[in-house]
Amino acid sequence: MTSTRRTLSALLAASLVVAACGDDDAETTTPDPEHGAATSITMLTHDSFDVSEEVLAAFTEATGITVELLPSGDAGSMLNQAILTKGSPQGDVLFGVDSTFLSRALDEDLFLAYESPALEDVDESLVLDPEHRVTPIDTGDVCLNYDKAGLAEAGLEPPADLADLADPAYAGTLVVENPATSSPGLAYLLATVAEFGEDGWQDHWRALRANDVEVAAGWEEAYYGSFSGAAGSPGDRPIVVSYASSPPAEVIFAEEPLDEAPTGVVEGTCYRQIEFAGILAGTEHEEAAQQLVDFLLSPTFQEDVPLNMFVYPVIDVELPAEFVEHGAQPQDPYLLEADVVAANRDAWIEEWTEIVLR
Amino acid sequence: MNAPDRSARTPRAVTAAAFAVPVAFLGVFFAVPVATLISTGLREGGRWDLGAVGEVLTSPSTRSVAWFTLWQAVVSTAATVVAALPAAWLIGRIRFPGRSLLMAALIVPFVLPTVVVGTAFLAVLGPDGPVAALGGVLGFDVDLRRTATAVILAHVFFNYAVVARTVGAAWMAVDPAAEDAARTLGADRWTTFRTVTLPQLRPALAGAASIVFLFTFTSFGVVKILGGPRIATIEVEIHRLTTQLLDLRTASVLSLLQLAAVIAALALYRRAGARRGSARTRAGRSVLHRPAGAERWGVAATITSAALLVGVPIATLVWRSFDTAGGPGLGYYRALGSTGRGSALFVPPAEAVRNSLVIGAAAATTALIVGGLAAVGLHRLGGRARGVADSSLMLPLGVSAVTVGFGFLIALDEPPLDLRTSPLLIPAAQAVIAIPFVVRTLLPALDAVPARLREAAAALGAPPHRVWWEVDARLLRRPALGALGFAYAISLGEFGATVFIARADAPTVPVAIFRALSQPGALNVGQAMALSTVLLALTAAVMLLVDRVGDARVGGF
Repeated sequence: MTSTRRTLSALLAASLVVAACGDDDAETTTPDPEHGAATSITMLTHDSFDVSEEVLAAFTEATGITVELLPSGDAGSMLNQAILTKGSPQGDVLFGVDSTFLSRALDEDLFLAYESPALEDVDESLVLDPEHRVTPIDTGDVCLNYDKAGLAEAGLEPPADLADLADPAYAGTLVVENPATSSPGLAYLLATVAEFGEDGWQDHWRALRANDVEVAAGWEEAYYGSFSGAAGSPGDRPIVVSYASSPPAEVIFAEEPLDEAPTGVVEGTCYRQIEFAGILAGTEHEEAAQQLVDFLLSPTFQEDVPLNMFVYPVIDVELPAEFVEHGAQPQDPYLLEADVVAANRDAWIEEWTEIVLR
Repeated sequence: MNAPDRSARTPRAVTAAAFAVPVAFLGVFFAVPVATLISTGLREGGRWDLGAVGEVLTSPSTRSVAWFTLWQAVVSTAATVVAALPAAWLIGRIRFPGRSLLMAALIVPFVLPTVVVGTAFLAVLGPDGPVAALGGVLGFDVDLRRTATAVILAHVFFNYAVVARTVGAAWMAVDPAAEDAARTLGADRWTTFRTVTLPQLRPALAGAASIVFLFTFTSFGVVKILGGPRIATIEVEIHRLTTQLLDLRTASVLSLLQLAAVIAALALYRRAGARRGSARTRAGRSVLHRPAGAERWGVAATITSAALLVGVPIATLVWRSFDTAGGPGLGYYRALGSTGRGSALFVPPAEAVRNSLVIGAAAATTALIVGGLAAVGLHRLGGRARGVADSSLMLPLGVSAVTVGFGFLIALDEPPLDLRTSPLLIPAAQAVIAIPFVVRTLLPALDAVPARLREAAAALGAPPHRVWWEVDARLLRRPALGALGFAYAISLGEFGATVFIARADAPTVPVAIFRALSQPGALNVGQAMALSTVLLALTAAVMLLVDRVGDARVGGF
């Protein structure tokens, strides 16, 4: 099997070279600056990462560096694997540590500092580590989504803000993810902390519990199992914690073309997640890894981000039409300071579990 | 048992050589990674932190998780045995059209990934499903989602085949003449069953029950999807502590606790096996008969209950794959054939199918070689050593995939064993899971090779290797093919271990299903359902072949 795979990759590489030579002889014959031979680097990602093949090929074409992707579970699982293998890392670059887990990664000294020149195009508020051990690559907003038809059927207006959901009129309508096991679940808990304060969120969740809030283990279970707005879903809850980009996804992956998304976003309920990339300490290809980080901030990659990962770019590039038309771009999302989250995350989750589940 | 006389005649060196490969293989791909991760959790600054053990074990949250894990496993096991006993009778006694199809269908849930069946189960148990509809007719408001009942029902669904096939095979070995004699002497059907049949089935029942207990005690996906956040087994806790909190200290103690429970279940299994004695596989067909009289009702009732328990969730899944927005159609299947989205990780589903087939072949071959050698070694061992070695091979079934997966990362990271990114890691991890099933199929077949045949061959002057080739190899061909097929089916559906080590360039079908389900959109769900149906059909086809070439023992314990 290995030999088959090797033969295949050799063939693939050869055909790429041939294809590339046809386009532009001069560029592909440029030797790799580091070793004078082709370099291959590995990027650890979470399972939600994706990128167009031709975008990755463009990077290889420009630099001679091939990139191997290594999906390693969800964001938490990937980070913990990186911490366990510190000093003998599985890859050279890690993509996808988010703002809620950032402090754990920084405390463990996982990354080498690198200030990419491409950062000058990125909004400063997204640069959370002044030492540049991590570089912001994309942002996503975790927001309440609602099933337009389902709410209309129940004779309800979409909620205007977080506080509305404590209203008995919304009893039995909300499904959230468990913050102990799900990253959107944690983001939503943080949104309520940001809104109601460190001493006020507990009462809000008590009210939600009285309102029969349903808790699912993860996003898949909540969205496809309990939310009534997902196509073919057995669910009966018209409001779910999902992403600002979920309605565009419903349109893009609809079976028949849709004029209007079947779901909507409550813009005043969004919590911002920022995803970072970092160069793993222990890499033997630091320079190539730096080139990859630069590339992650290039327009080529950034334009590719929305339709592959359903998150938003961090530099100013044109968004796909579906995102402009059906997606929400909340102007003032919630975002807590990284060290506040770090100091309280586990205690809040424990307290939340006590209030909502026990 | 009947082994010691053999070991006296065959050189110890042969036994040792046969064990060398399985020991090395399971050492590298199972024991060392697990031990490394557990010791990482329990060592603090170079010293063992044994205080952690007492501390974690006595904490109220551990006690409540352990208590739930235990009682749901006991109830699930009892429910599975009761539900599947009629099917065992059907398999062991009755000839009816569609028999082999039913046997293949029964085992499909066992080898399907839980993420797939979990969503189908949600649909069955949800407010729009048949259970709620039935409740509505009877005037009850039933919503079983996120309850322990849902978990137990799903456990019955998943493990039905273990009991049906294991006990069914034993039932086939019960001589109908003894039952007939009892009937002739005036015993009624019930008395005959209780006094003649049941005692002979008891070892198989106990064996199957301990295996179902082992599977349900360590249940992960089912509990996560169907049980909701208020319910957690030890396995779910280990996963959460390791992947989310990186609390290896608590996770290690829980791993040890689970291991202790699994060893206890295996000890029970071993005792049941010891009493199984020298029951031989009989020529199957001869004991089967066409149902007559009241038996027809029994057959009808059994097939109906099997169809309800196992068929409804599967049918729901298949139906959803055809249920497109424009009415029933092949839309989702056509979408599978399209070239995907041209992205690096969302491979065209056809390619995922090819990956699964290639990886499955590698995993099944590895499992057959390693498991086959283990079976040869076990066959030559005698007494207690045999029992202990036999059940140690099943330990991988009782250890959390996350423990093994994370263990790989820190144990196999130095040359010459830097296997972390080797493409061989996936088939190897799947083989570890399939090996116990291979051994369970081959060992009884090896034991059943009549010693007289060997002696005769030797007396006629055949050298030992010739005896082995002419006698053992000939008689083992069918069980070996059966074991190979079953290992293949297991590998096709395997998800737990694969998810931690899947390479971006070779996602398997379960991984592709999982990816499709992780983004919103009707086409994504539809493709996931279509891909699940493809997986289901592949698995059923493999099992049909297995039953044709192998025997009913395959997939039994």
